[in-house]
Amino acid sequence: MTTISSYRPRKGRNVELVLLLLAVAIVLLAYLNVGLAVNDAFPPGLLTHGLGLLVIALAFHLLLRWRASYADPLLLPIVTLLNGLGLVMIYRLDLAHGRDLAQGLALKQLTWSALAVAIAAVVLVVLRDHRQLRRYTYTAAAVGFALLVLPLVPGLGRTVYGSRIWIGLGPFSFQPGEVAKIVLAVFFAGYLVQTRDALSLAGRKVLGLTLPRARDLGPILVAWLASVGVLVFEKDLGSSLLFFGLFVAMLYVATERKSWIAIGLLLFCGGAYVAYLLFGHVQQRVLLWLHTFSPEALHVSDQLARGLMGMANGGLLGTGLGRGRPDLTYFAESDFIVPSFGEEIGLFGLFALFMLYVLLVERGMRTALGVRDGFGKLLAAGLSFSVALQCFVVVGGVTRVIPLTGLTMPFLSYGGSSLLANWSLVALLLRISDHARRPVPEPGEAGPTSTGEARTEVVRMR
Amino acid sequence: MNAPIRRLFTVVAMLFAALLVSSTYIQFVQAKELQQRPDNRRTLLATYGRERGQVLVDGSAVARSVPSNDELKWLRTYPQARLYSHVTGYYSFTYGAGGGLEGAEDPLLSGQSDKLFYRRVTDMLMGRQPSGASLELTINPAAQKAADEALGNQRGAVVALDPRTGAILALVSHPAYDPGQLSGHNQSTVAAAWKRLNADPTRPMVDRAIAGDLYPPGSTFKIVTAAAALSSGKWTEESVIPGPATLDLPQTTVNLPNDDHQPCGPGGKTTLLHALQVSCNTAFGWLGMQVGADDFRSQAAKFGVGDPLQVPMRVTPSSVPKTLNLPQLAQSAIGQYDVRVTPLQVAMIAAAVGNHGVVMKPYLVQSVRGSDLEVIESTQPEQVSQAVTPEVASALTRMMEAVVERGTGTAAQIPGVSVAGKTGTAQHAKGAAPHAWFTSFAPADDPKVAVAVVVEDSGRLGSEAFGGRVAAPIAKKVMEAVIGR
Repeated sequence: MTTISSYRPRKGRNVELVLLLLAVAIVLLAYLNVGLAVNDAFPPGLLTHGLGLLVIALAFHLLLRWRASYADPLLLPIVTLLNGLGLVMIYRLDLAHGRDLAQGLALKQLTWSALAVAIAAVVLVVLRDHRQLRRYTYTAAAVGFALLVLPLVPGLGRTVYGSRIWIGLGPFSFQPGEVAKIVLAVFFAGYLVQTRDALSLAGRKVLGLTLPRARDLGPILVAWLASVGVLVFEKDLGSSLLFFGLFVAMLYVATERKSWIAIGLLLFCGGAYVAYLLFGHVQQRVLLWLHTFSPEALHVSDQLARGLMGMANGGLLGTGLGRGRPDLTYFAESDFIVPSFGEEIGLFGLFALFMLYVLLVERGMRTALGVRDGFGKLLAAGLSFSVALQCFVVVGGVTRVIPLTGLTMPFLSYGGSSLLANWSLVALLLRISDHARRPVPEPGEAGPTSTGEARTEVVRMR
Repeated sequence: MNAPIRRLFTVVAMLFAALLVSSTYIQFVQAKELQQRPDNRRTLLATYGRERGQVLVDGSAVARSVPSNDELKWLRTYPQARLYSHVTGYYSFTYGAGGGLEGAEDPLLSGQSDKLFYRRVTDMLMGRQPSGASLELTINPAAQKAADEALGNQRGAVVALDPRTGAILALVSHPAYDPGQLSGHNQSTVAAAWKRLNADPTRPMVDRAIAGDLYPPGSTFKIVTAAAALSSGKWTEESVIPGPATLDLPQTTVNLPNDDHQPCGPGGKTTLLHALQVSCNTAFGWLGMQVGADDFRSQAAKFGVGDPLQVPMRVTPSSVPKTLNLPQLAQSAIGQYDVRVTPLQVAMIAAAVGNHGVVMKPYLVQSVRGSDLEVIESTQPEQVSQAVTPEVASALTRMMEAVVERGTGTAAQIPGVSVAGKTGTAQHAKGAAPHAWFTSFAPADDPKVAVAVVVEDSGRLGSEAFGGRVAAPIAKKVMEAVIGR
């Protein structure tokens, strides 16, 4: 940890501003591209949407200068670019479906973005130090599980295309799982930082793996039951995989024991297989995944097939924004936004898009490495990993790596709950990174624990 | 905790690597296969979003796309649907393109052909709406109409060629159908029409002129036997050969009789010329056996029998059996046994005789034009082979002139024009009425048109004259239309 202080303290806010302007410029170009390709005209919404995005991004940038001046300078530009590109694709689909500016989904998405940024700002302002969250470990547990089961409450939950991961309040609908992801990460971090010693030290060694004691298996079993519950009752493999994967990853980071990963994988695969044997809807998902183009599968749904044909249509270079037919796929602006991009910006564009996510996760992981307290490390690593895992579940679903699920692509997909949750997630990462990169180490944290850790790390490094 | 965090990032890298692989697989490896799936609406809509090229006959469209107000932006229409049904073929959203030029030249018409690459690029750079190329055909509209009307409601086919170039002047197969019924945008009516056309026992969608089940050529094939004999140098048109009422076939108890059971000349002898004039079976059966199977078959091959051909529609190759014993050879020499031909092949034989023995490659597309009617590609006549020497060709011409002047083909006479022709009556099934054939070219000394006509089941059993009565008048009408009389 001493290495941190040897860096010349650089805030990187000016770098952030330049990158931010670049991100907005890319989005505006893409927007213009769509307008010219579809209508042969300057898009009328360019100013509204462009200025909207610029204002949102700059406001957040100024807030960072004021309240988290050492925060990672890459996070905000990446997220702004992703959010903006999502807006462009949603606008493009609005045009294809003949929705004008006022009733279009793009304007709603922009409104949601503004709201999401506002909430993220509040998080950043209110939360002066991420360690405050540790006090709410068990509150987070209660809230997290409550959010998970909320869609199952009769009258509140809504089943959307087989998955019950939505709740409806009047005209609004919300995916509580998105928020649960953050709240549960807080809980896991708080809980694991307390119990890591017991979970990591005790145990017997079998076949090179140090197996935990039976009584220490409690937490992972609870998490497993909860995720299996999500799979069975909410019929959503994606959420189930996301929560359980998040927990196992954080457990591994906390304990440094590979046996947890082995146990976790075994439990999940076992649970998923039993669910496959018992439940028709899981079997249907698997059929769609493995035999997408079989007549039986097409009879159930040709959504995945259409998405694949869209991607194939894009090829290496894509049709160009506004020149493909992503509107032929259902949910092209939410679950299937990645195939929409694949069709119009091609494989190369898609790679670039993936790299933005990798970069985002990498900055989050770097934050986890840099921050000095165990809670912060676990939380940053957990939040970053959840983004990566969610990308994997969503893109893996539409590209037939795993069965298709109802999750949305962070920042890109249309959907308020997803935007709110993910902007708040980034606000937390920014807060932790500010802490990690701030040059003067707080005296209380530079105690023996961190020196001990540093030595361990040296031993373990190749 | 830093070591597991680093390892966790390795896991993240692996997850994304999996996504890179899967998306590469879909968008690069599998892309072509996915795009060619018949249920891929994107591919279909893309081809319908572009104006498909026209098919033009003498400057007027026989297939063209008109703007349509539904999801498919263009509707394919066929202004003279039934007259040109086997020339144009059909272009259907559900059943694809086929049955004629629509299928054979689909890449050009749709604009996807590599030949159009340069135009596609310039279209894109100039901001022009991309469109398919148009095809200007070699069809002579008067000849096509004459053939269609003369064939009427009889089943059969008519092919007319320009002997000098191989250009196809008429291509008619009856019964015809309306390809417009298949190109409509109403899925259920199109499906009903498709089902009805395919269930029809008369098989209207089969192009009898170039494909289908092929026909035995009957006596029209005696031209080939005569060509082989004359080419051997052992016989001339004046050579006297046996022409008895019945020819004894070796190795079998079956004999080869003349249709009228009379000898072809006094004392059962005849000249070669007279034998063709009266279509003497016994004389040609004998001649075939004298010529031998090898020379007979190679003469047929020189006329193009057995060669794959695209005009640009694929033509089913005509065939002479690979092994022939003597009785089979005698039968084959008069166009029976297992000899099978397309009407196009028969027309090619007549055309070659008229063209000093040179076989020209038949073609239907004169030129390929861009949307601005500028010529992109133009077909040049192409020689396929020298089937017979010019001397043999003129001897054959004289013999075929005799057929029309005073033989079995008098019905094809055109006043003031010398016509060379040959009748045929082909037995194809026991008890069934034979097919009536006629092939000819005119004017005999400087031919402008060669024709082959087949009318299914229209001969009266055992009457060689019937080819002349049924098929020759049709050929006459077509020749008149081309020559302009």
